[in-house]
Amino acid sequence: MNGKGFTRRAALQAAGGMAAAGLAAPAVHAQGAVVLRYVGTAVNQHQGIKEKVKEDLGITLEYVPVTSDDVVRRAVTQPNSFDILDSEYWMLKKIIPSGNLVGMDAKRIKLVNEITTVFTKGEIAGKKIGGQGTAPWKVGYLPGREAKSFANGQTEWLTLIPTVYNADTLGIRPDRIGRPIDSWAELLNPQFKGRASILNIPSIGIMDAAMVVEATGQHKYADKGNMTRAEIDLTMRVLTEAKRAGQFRAFWKDFNESVNLMASGEVVIQSMWSPAVTAVRSKGVPCIYQPLKEGYRAWAGGFGLPKTLTGRKLDATYDFINWFLSGWAGAFLNRQGYYAAVLSTAQKAMQPFEWDYWMLGKPAAQDIKAPDGTLLEKAGAVRDGGSYEQRMGGIACWNAVMDENDYMVRKWNEFIAA
Amino acid sequence: MSVSEGPAVAPAPILAAAPPARRSWAPMLQAAPLWAVLLLFFVFPLLATGVVSLWNYTEYSLVPDVTQRNYVEMFEGCSDLSGGLCTTFRTYISTLRLCGMVWACTLVLGFAVSYFLCFHVRSDGMRMALFLVCTAPFLTSNVIRMISWIPLLGREGVVNGVLVGAGIVDKPQDWLLFSEFSVVLAFVHLYTLFVVVPVFNSMMRIDHRLLEAARDAGATGWQTVWHVVVPLAKPGLVIGSIFVIVLVMGDFVTIGVMGGQQIASVGKVIQVQMSYLQFPAAAAQAMVLLALVLLVIAVMTKLVDIRREL
Repeated sequence: MNGKGFTRRAALQAAGGMAAAGLAAPAVHAQGAVVLRYVGTAVNQHQGIKEKVKEDLGITLEYVPVTSDDVVRRAVTQPNSFDILDSEYWMLKKIIPSGNLVGMDAKRIKLVNEITTVFTKGEIAGKKIGGQGTAPWKVGYLPGREAKSFANGQTEWLTLIPTVYNADTLGIRPDRIGRPIDSWAELLNPQFKGRASILNIPSIGIMDAAMVVEATGQHKYADKGNMTRAEIDLTMRVLTEAKRAGQFRAFWKDFNESVNLMASGEVVIQSMWSPAVTAVRSKGVPCIYQPLKEGYRAWAGGFGLPKTLTGRKLDATYDFINWFLSGWAGAFLNRQGYYAAVLSTAQKAMQPFEWDYWMLGKPAAQDIKAPDGTLLEKAGAVRDGGSYEQRMGGIACWNAVMDENDYMVRKWNEFIAA
Repeated sequence: MSVSEGPAVAPAPILAAAPPARRSWAPMLQAAPLWAVLLLFFVFPLLATGVVSLWNYTEYSLVPDVTQRNYVEMFEGCSDLSGGLCTTFRTYISTLRLCGMVWACTLVLGFAVSYFLCFHVRSDGMRMALFLVCTAPFLTSNVIRMISWIPLLGREGVVNGVLVGAGIVDKPQDWLLFSEFSVVLAFVHLYTLFVVVPVFNSMMRIDHRLLEAARDAGATGWQTVWHVVVPLAKPGLVIGSIFVIVLVMGDFVTIGVMGGQQIASVGKVIQVQMSYLQFPAAAAQAMVLLALVLLVIAVMTKLVDIRREL
């Protein structure tokens, strides 16, 4: 017993000493490396970023890759399990009401005024962008730090600091189709019977279907990202008829499935993500991320702060976010075909010919390489869809959570069972 | 098919008579750890699922409540058969049909493999070697075994290449992949061993003298199989069936990948609901599925008293 008491006292003394030392040395980095648990889809969790953060800031990122559904589930049910959340904007409609994320203090984000107007005002080069669905500027701000609903305009409190965003469209196999494709309507064209595919992620799949319904002139939606029950019924009926007629070869759920469907020739036209098209092309299979006249379905992601974060970890998180916007990471993302939130700093970190190719839609003056050095495009190639302004300006709608989400999910299950 | 003429296996020793009943806590204590584990990891989660299935929910939260909402929504429109079956019934029928096909295939295959191993292979060493060969595919992961069918069966896959090349068909066959056929094929590949093992175990206990007696009494090969081997292998067949049925009824990965996500299954519905945070709806769905599977198992164990047979 005696010995135990002694050690306990010794431990207390040691702890006291450490606390005093802590007070005496307020500098964050003096207390050893900070580890930030970073939950998000694997899309942004690159080894390259992790290494650079360690080198520049001394912060260790602990990546926790999960599916996009799990990002929402984690944020809502386990807010203690992460220090930084890499979320998409549409998820906020589910996460913010739970109160598990707090607003990010704009005063602590150095480049907050440099964030592209796509996020702050919904404009690009002064022109309004299509805002159907959960557009980032609708859910980008909170009225107060701990608010559970969104602010109408810009405030001091940001829900997410944008990281990446892009405009999605259909991927096609030009060698198998052999004619120009310019409309979403082609997805359900009987010419491609048994050779088309869509995502089996209800909230995204239904929007692709809505693009088709509008393109074929069957219905004009007030907001494709927030349909009425009647509109959901109509959209699902169109999809169900196509499914029964054998239009779809398969549905895909994850990135690699979409790559394999396309590369193996099972499918010649399908909704796809930009890096998946790159992946197909890197296998030597021709594949185009085809811009369509009805426009793109866009998405955007960013960093959110859990309410549990305090002290050093909170400071470190702000440091990391400021670093992320400061150029290196932006250039890293731009080189993969995504877009960075602060373009001015990203531009400085890129070669002029890279900027011309990725952002201005000009023919590549030199070979275009991925961040890891693999060859993406030979000199002379032009990016699908053209410049940043053309692509982002052509957005028709954003990935969304509908008010009738519940009903939509039930209808989607019905469609799968049909 | 003829019966092996190998030396008869010695008859199983008659079980020693049970020790006289004695009031003692020792057996209870010995069983306690297992009880604790079952209670903690089986009974408790099951009760929790049952309770949650009665809760209400919103987009982002669970609301403790006692509501029939989840069950009502599940069977919404099921009483009206004029517009075809409702989603839930169609999903269950689709799942049950797949399950039935897989069950039939694995049972026949599993029985045939075990029969061959038990009665045709003469040396014990060879028998064990072949049995281990049966388990070899299990050295790779379940997912890999499933996915490796895709390049074989695809439109531009090996099988279609051979079929078209040999002039058997004039264009690639689409029904090979992303169809019920490919789902059943993958399941049979994955789960036949689960039938082979218990059936093999049952068959090894069959006294070979019974087969000789049947032959002496004038039974044909088929009659011997049907009237002697099948009844004695029943416990193995039932246990194997339970494995297969339970695994297939709850599956969503194999059906998703091999069916091109186009075939409905109860497991898939539950997974979609979970991913949209509709936990109570998923819990209700799980309770119904559980009830159905338990019912199937109850019927099977009624047909064969496993305890007595073992």
